[in-house]
Amino acid sequence: MTAASAASRSGVLRRTATFLYRRPNFYLGLLLIPPLLWFGTVYLGSLFTLLANSFYAIDEFTARIVYEPTLATLRQVVTQPAHIDIIVRTLTMAVAVTIACAIIALPIANYMVRYATPRIKALFYVGVMLPMWMSYLVKVYAWRLILAKQGILSWMLEACGLQGLLDAVLGIPGIGGPSLSSSYLGMFIVFVYMWLPYMILPLAASLERVPESLLQASADLGARPRQTFWNVVLPLTLPGLAAGSVFTFSLTLGDYIIPSVVGAPGYFIGMMVYQQQGTAGNIPLAAAFSVVPIVLIMIYLSLAKRAGAFDAL
Amino acid sequence: MSAAIEFRGVARRYGEVRAVDDVSLSIAPGEFFAMLGPSGSGKTTCLRLIAGFETPDGGTILLDGQDVTDRAPYERDVNTVFQDYALFPHMTVLENVAYGLRVRKVPREEQRRRALEMLELVKLATLGDRRPLQLSGGQRQRVSLARALINRPRVLLLDEPLGALDLKLREEMQIELKNLQRRLGITFVFVTHDQGEALSMADRVAVFNQGRIEQLDTPRTLYMKPATTFVARFVGGANVIEGELAQRLTGAAQPFAVRAEKVRLRQVTDAVPAASMHCTGTVMDVQYHGATTRCQVRLDSGELISAASTDADVAIFPSGSLVMVEWSRDAAVALR
Repeated sequence: MTAASAASRSGVLRRTATFLYRRPNFYLGLLLIPPLLWFGTVYLGSLFTLLANSFYAIDEFTARIVYEPTLATLRQVVTQPAHIDIIVRTLTMAVAVTIACAIIALPIANYMVRYATPRIKALFYVGVMLPMWMSYLVKVYAWRLILAKQGILSWMLEACGLQGLLDAVLGIPGIGGPSLSSSYLGMFIVFVYMWLPYMILPLAASLERVPESLLQASADLGARPRQTFWNVVLPLTLPGLAAGSVFTFSLTLGDYIIPSVVGAPGYFIGMMVYQQQGTAGNIPLAAAFSVVPIVLIMIYLSLAKRAGAFDAL
Repeated sequence: MSAAIEFRGVARRYGEVRAVDDVSLSIAPGEFFAMLGPSGSGKTTCLRLIAGFETPDGGTILLDGQDVTDRAPYERDVNTVFQDYALFPHMTVLENVAYGLRVRKVPREEQRRRALEMLELVKLATLGDRRPLQLSGGQRQRVSLARALINRPRVLLLDEPLGALDLKLREEMQIELKNLQRRLGITFVFVTHDQGEALSMADRVAVFNQGRIEQLDTPRTLYMKPATTFVARFVGGANVIEGELAQRLTGAAQPFAVRAEKVRLRQVTDAVPAASMHCTGTVMDVQYHGATTRCQVRLDSGELISAASTDADVAIFPSGSLVMVEWSRDAAVALR
């Protein structure tokens, strides 16, 4: 009797399994519905809610949100000189940080992939990722101390007799300031430090996919190392470079902690969003500001695509 | 006239492994030269040493009488056809072929004209705008050949170029490569592990084993007069008889080779022909190959001997039958 019930149970299971196996699309749908629901509501849903908010405006007198579609808030973001300043300042920083990260990351990634022994390579990967596992706030505040007027960096420069150099750099208008920790240069250093791993990892991944024989073929046909770099390595690494730069670019565009802890007092997009949705209670303006990075990255990606960054994919 | 390529005591080690161990050789201009050997025998390393992708730990490499031992690949007048073709995936076929001219800053118009000429030569003139990924294996092979030839090198290196092609295509490409070499008159150095390919295409063949050259000869000599047990087995697929059996048959312990087509099968009761060697054994297996029929015979002393015949009459001995295997004394080639 026990045997019979076991057989019937396995019979039901088996029939269900066969039923699902015969209908692969239905089966796939069944498995995908929960993650898709999560993705659709939590990611895309909230994103669209945010975007929708930028089409509302705030009533100047009551400070209440008026739920009537209008372009006024978005127009405010791109026409008010103070707001344009913020966008330009953030964009300039993002571009500078991205370029610096690319220039530093490419030789490191190339060394990791082409020259390092497996042991050294593993060490490098851990070394690149280790800082990512540490608390973000701790690192930012540590940098503030490092860059402070009486901090270890200026102390070291002074000990090396390079105080004059630091003063000269800090004297440059625009990027300088009273000390590194209160200048755009200092902020730039911290940004580059923070996002470098996000550039190294995709670059290394795309370099791994370039077979050694392509570099040899290039040299074999008479290309000097510099020509091989420009003609073969760089074009084939562009997808990785594009992926890495989207990280460094968008992270800089959206960050509000680094600009508020380190650097000159000028506002950045992230700080503006933080302030508008918090202290000021102007949710539509905050939403409108957060549309800016999305638009900028879309423009950036379409430029990268036009430049052929994804041709080698 | 100096040799196109000359190796003087060249060595290349990877840690403890001697990939190339004191190799000396000389390849004449216009020669079709094959490097034959099993994987890990050092043949590919030798090719890479000629191209300049590897630097020797000892010895000298000369191209056209000039010492190039320490020269970078881009300073050597040789070009390579890679085993995986190594076509640039982000360039079109035409751009791939023109690459050698582009890096030499040849005017754009001439680049295009000569690249089209090369594509014409390998019969791919219509595919210039495609990407390498859109081509078949055989077409990629031709593109890689055209790309390597565009700089008009003195020496073309081919690293197992036909390895990835199917049998029919491979036979076509063998004939085409041979014709191309004759027409262009440049030196071809061809690395392969396929002895049939090496024998049928090359003017001379260097047989590699464990980083050394076992024998360097014309295909005919390699086949007819192998010098070592390794060459006899690897190149000719010959029966190698050594040890006690050799002692009993020839009176000396020196090993010797007998090619399968020289071995005849007879009834055990037959009279032994004059000036021949014979022993008895059991037929293990009979394989019909069309033109020939092969029999594997386990000798009473334990060795396995294969006999090949163009006649169907060997088939009168089915598996399991007792036979006499016999060959003329002249057929035995003494080996080192």
